[in-house]
Amino acid sequence: METTHKYRVLIGKPGLDGHDRGAKFIARALRDAGFEVVYTGIRRSPEEIAAAAIQEDVDAVGLSSLSGAHIRLFPAVVEALRKAGAQDIPVLGGGVIPEEDIVTLKAAGIVEIFTPGTPIDKIISAYREACEKKSSV
Amino acid sequence: MAKHPKLAEWEKNELAKSLSRFPERKEKFTNHGGEEILRLAAPENIDDAYLENLAFPGQYPYTRGVQPTMYRGRLWTMRQYAGFSSAAESNKRYRFLLEQGTTGLSVAFDLPTQIGYDSDDPMSVGEVGKVGVAIDSLADMETLFDQIPLDKVSTSMTINSPAAILLAMYVAVGEKQGVAPENIKGTIQNDVLKEYVARGTYIFPPKPSLRLITNIFQWCSQKTPAFNTISISGYHIREAGSTAVQEVAFTLANGCTYVQTALDAGLELDVFARRLAFFFNASSDLLEEVAKFRAARRLWARLMTERFGAKNPASLMLRFHTQTAGNTLTAQQIDNNIVRVTIQALAAVLGGTQSLHTNSKDEAHSLPTEASVRTALRTQQILAHESGVADTIDPLAGSYYIEALTDRIEREALALIDKIEESGGVVKCIEEGFIQRQIENAAYQYQLEIERGERIIVGMNRFQIQEDKKPPLLRVDPEVEKTQVAKLAEVKNNRNNEKVAALLTRLETAAQGSGNLMPIIYDSVKEYATLGEICNVMRKVFGEYKDRG
Amino acid sequence: MTIDRLLEGLKQRDPRAIGRAITLVENGDESAQAILSSLDEDLISQAIILGITGPPGAGKSTLTNGIISELRQSRKRIGIIAIDPSSPISGGAILGDRIRMMQHATDRDVVMRSMATRGRLGGLCATAGAAVRIMSSCGCSTIIIETVGVGQSEMDIIRLADITLLVLAPGLGDDIQAMKAGLLEVADILVVNKADCKGADILAMDLETVSRQEGATNQARVSMTVATENKGITELLERIAEVDSEHRDSGEREKRRRGAHDQEVLDWCLEILRPRLLAEITKRDLPLLGDPRLKAKEILEEQ
Ligand SMILES: Nc1nc2c(ncn2[C@@H]2O[C@H](COP(=O)(O)OP(=O)(O)OP(=O)(O)O)[C@@H](O)[C@H]2O)c(=O)[nH]1
Ligand SMILES: [Mg+2]
Repeated sequence: METTHKYRVLIGKPGLDGHDRGAKFIARALRDAGFEVVYTGIRRSPEEIAAAAIQEDVDAVGLSSLSGAHIRLFPAVVEALRKAGAQDIPVLGGGVIPEEDIVTLKAAGIVEIFTPGTPIDKIISAYREACEKKSSV
Repeated sequence: MAKHPKLAEWEKNELAKSLSRFPERKEKFTNHGGEEILRLAAPENIDDAYLENLAFPGQYPYTRGVQPTMYRGRLWTMRQYAGFSSAAESNKRYRFLLEQGTTGLSVAFDLPTQIGYDSDDPMSVGEVGKVGVAIDSLADMETLFDQIPLDKVSTSMTINSPAAILLAMYVAVGEKQGVAPENIKGTIQNDVLKEYVARGTYIFPPKPSLRLITNIFQWCSQKTPAFNTISISGYHIREAGSTAVQEVAFTLANGCTYVQTALDAGLELDVFARRLAFFFNASSDLLEEVAKFRAARRLWARLMTERFGAKNPASLMLRFHTQTAGNTLTAQQIDNNIVRVTIQALAAVLGGTQSLHTNSKDEAHSLPTEASVRTALRTQQILAHESGVADTIDPLAGSYYIEALTDRIEREALALIDKIEESGGVVKCIEEGFIQRQIENAAYQYQLEIERGERIIVGMNRFQIQEDKKPPLLRVDPEVEKTQVAKLAEVKNNRNNEKVAALLTRLETAAQGSGNLMPIIYDSVKEYATLGEICNVMRKVFGEYKDRG
Repeated sequence: MTIDRLLEGLKQRDPRAIGRAITLVENGDESAQAILSSLDEDLISQAIILGITGPPGAGKSTLTNGIISELRQSRKRIGIIAIDPSSPISGGAILGDRIRMMQHATDRDVVMRSMATRGRLGGLCATAGAAVRIMSSCGCSTIIIETVGVGQSEMDIIRLADITLLVLAPGLGDDIQAMKAGLLEVADILVVNKADCKGADILAMDLETVSRQEGATNQARVSMTVATENKGITELLERIAEVDSEHRDSGEREKRRRGAHDQEVLDWCLEILRPRLLAEITKRDLPLLGDPRLKAKEILEEQ
C-alpha cells in the first residue's frame, strides 16, 4: 500500500495578544509549502495548545506572541507537553523577542525562535527540519 | 488680478469667523526671504467641479480640511501613546512627556485590562503591565493621573470592550480633582467592531457590545459633552495588513454601523455625531496616504449627508487622529525607522490630521526607551516648526496625481462599503468572515512580495549589513504582576464590600433589561468595584464572542 | 512509540495513542493493519455516527460545539472528526474547525481530530472510516463528522454516517436550489441555524415545502437552532435520538452500515489496486493507438 506522509503542525497564539497577522501568514505559507496546519487561533492557554497538539498528533507546534508574554507562555507550552508525555513534539516560536530572551527560551526547550524580518523560506525549512527530526525517532 | 467671488465669499464668511474666534499662530507667516506665505492656494478658475469635490477648508465636503485655517490656527495635537507596567510608572512617563511639550496624553492599557480581566485572574498570567498599564480599580486610575490636572490635558484612551468602565473611572478621578464632568476632554477608542476583525480585544458578542457603545454616546451627550465618545479606527485594520482602500472602507462602514445603531436606539443624530472621532494609519506610501486622508474626509461627509441626512456641519466633519505605521518598522538598522516615521508623519500632516502619534525607532524590538520617544516627538516638532508645511493649507490640492488618487480611493472605498451593505451589513460580514478574509488576503499578498524581494524594505531584504550592537531595551519589571495583585487585594479589603456586591447585583439586573448601563457602572467604580468584577457580571449576561479564526 | 505500546495505549484510551493511531492509518503505515485489527468491534457497532454538513459559514462548527456541550452534560464520551479540503496545488491544508471547539480542548472525553481531504478519490471515506472506528473503539459513543457541503466528496462521508444533518442558515444565497438534488435529499435532518437572524422562518418554510415534495421516502424534518446561544440544541438531540431509534427499528441503520461497509471495502480495493495496476500498465508499454477502455478490460481479465 502507498504511504502518504504529510507533516502536520499546529500554529497557535498563547496569551491575550490578538495580533495574528504573523501567525496567519506562517500558517498560510506552511500550507503553501505542503504542510497540514491545524490553526487554533488567538487567546489560548498553554494547556489547551498542548492538548490540541496531542490529539492532532502534530509533528511540531508553532507559537506566536507580540505582547512580551512569550517569556512565561512559551516555556509553559513546553511544560504542558512534557506533563502530558509529549516532550518529543518540538516547539518553535516567533514574535517581537529580544535577543537575550532567545537564549532563555532555547534553554527552556524551544527549538527555534524567529524574529521580525526572518525570511519565510528559513522559517519553513526550520519547521520541515523539526518535523523530520521528530518523525525519525 | 481680482479674487474669484467664491474665494472672497469664503474669506468673508468662514475664514473671518474662524479668525475672529481663534487668531492664527502668527500675525504673519514668512519664508526665509521675509516674503509672506500664501494661506491658501486655489485655482484661478473656480468651477462647479472644484466647489463640489474640493471646496474651501472648513467647507463641505471638507476635502481640504475641517477648519478654515488648519495648522495656521493651531498645530495638530502631538499625542504620544504611552503606558506600561504600573500606574505609578506610567504616571511618571506622562509627566515626562508633558514637560517635553506633549499636548495630549494617550493611555495604553495592558491586555488583561483591555479584555476585562483583573490582574489576579488566571487569564492574566504573564501579561500584567506588558503592553500598557494595568488598571484594576479606581485606585489605579487615581495613581495614573496623580498631579495631572484633567481640566488642562486631554486624554485619549485605547480601550474598547470595557470602555464604559474606564470612562467612568476617568470621570470619577476628575470629580475627585474637583473637575466637573463637562470640562473633561479626551477620547475613548470604544470601537469594538474593528476588534473582531483586526485587533482581538473583544469580550462580548456584537449586539451587546453595540448596546454598550450606544449607552456611552447617550450618557456622554448629557454628562461629558466635550468628550469624544468613540474613535473609529482604521489604524489596526491597516496594521493587520489591509490596503489603503480597505482601511477607509471598513472604517467608514463601521462608522455607519455605529450611527445606525444609535439612531435605532432613539438618539438624535446631530447630538452624538459631532462627538465621533476617527483614527487612521499613516504608512510609507506618502502620496497614497495623503490622498487617503482627503478621500476619507470627503466620503464621510457625503455618507453622513446622503445616507443619514445630517445637517449640522460638526456632524459631517471627519476629525481624525493618526499614528505612523508600526508594521513598517524594521528590527534591522533601526535608525532607518526615524526616516520612515518622518515620511509617514509628513503624510498625516499633509492629509490634515487633528492629532498625531509618531512611533519610536526601537518599537520592533520592545517598548520604546525615553530617548527614542523623545526623538519621535522631535520629529513632529520639526515638521511643525521647521518644515513649513504647517504654514499653508492643504498644499497638495490640485496636484493631478493627488486629486486623481483621492477620487479613486473614494470611489473604490464606496464600492466596498456598498458591497458590505448588500451582503447584510458589517456585523454579518464579520460573522461570516468576509472582512477578515479580505484583510488576510491583502496581508498575505503583501508579505509574499516582500519575501520574493519584489517589494524592497531597506535594511531588511536589501541593503543589509551585519549588525551586532543591540539597542538598549526597556523591560517591564517582572515584579509588577505581584505588586499589582497585592494592591488589588488591598483595595478589596478596604472598600465597602457589601455595597459593591449590591451594586453588582443591580448591574446584572440592569444588563438583563434594556436601559442605559452607564449610571450604574459609574456608581460601581466609585465604590471601587473592579474592572474584572464588572466585566464578569456582563459576561454572565451577554456571553462571550468566539473568533472564527 | 512501539506498536505494542501503541496498542496498549489505545486500550487505556490514551490521547497520544489515539492521535498517533489515526496518523498511522491515515498515512497508510504498515502498522495500520495491527491497529485496525485490535479494535473493539462491539463498541464500534454500538456508537452512533453523526454527519454534519452544509455550506461554509452556516455554523457547523459552532453547532458541533453546542452538541458537544450538551452531550457532555450526560457524561458521554465524544469523538469529532473535522474535515477540510487540501489545496490541490501544494497538497497542504489549513484545518481551522478546532477554533470553535477549543473550550473542550482539555476535556479528555472529547476526542477531536482535524483531517485534510488529501485529494484522494474515495480514499477520504476509507481514512475517515478508520478514524471513526478508532475513536468508537476508544469509548466514544457518539462520533461527529463535520465537513463542508459544497462538492461531491461529502457524499462519501455521508455514506459513513448513521444520521446526517444538513446545516443551513438564512442569507447564504441560492444555495437551497443548488443543493436540492444532492444533500437535501440524503440528509435526515435539516437544521436551520442562525434562527436569530432575518429570513430564518422563510428558509425553514421553504425547506418544509421542499421536503414534502420529495415525498414519503424522505423523512427529513426541519429543526431550528441558534448555535451561538445554545438554543434549540436539546430539541435537536431529541430529534436525532428519535430518528436513530426509527432507523434501528426499521432496519435502516443496518442497511446503511452495510452500504458504508461495502463501499469502504470497495474504496480500499481500488486504493490497493491503483498502484499495482499502474505498474502493470507502465510495464506493458502499450501503443498509443487503440481504445483505453478495451485495454483496461484486457488487463483486468488477465489479472
Ligand atoms: N447570529 C448567529 N451567528 C451564528 C450562529 N451560529 C454560528 N454563527 C456564526 O457564524 C459564523 C460561522 O460559524 P462556523 O461555526 O465557523 O461555521 P461553519 O459552518 O463551521 O464554517 P466552515 O467550517 O468555515 O464551513 C461564526 O461567526 C459564528 O459565530 C447562530 O446561531 N446565530
Ligand atoms: Mg467549521
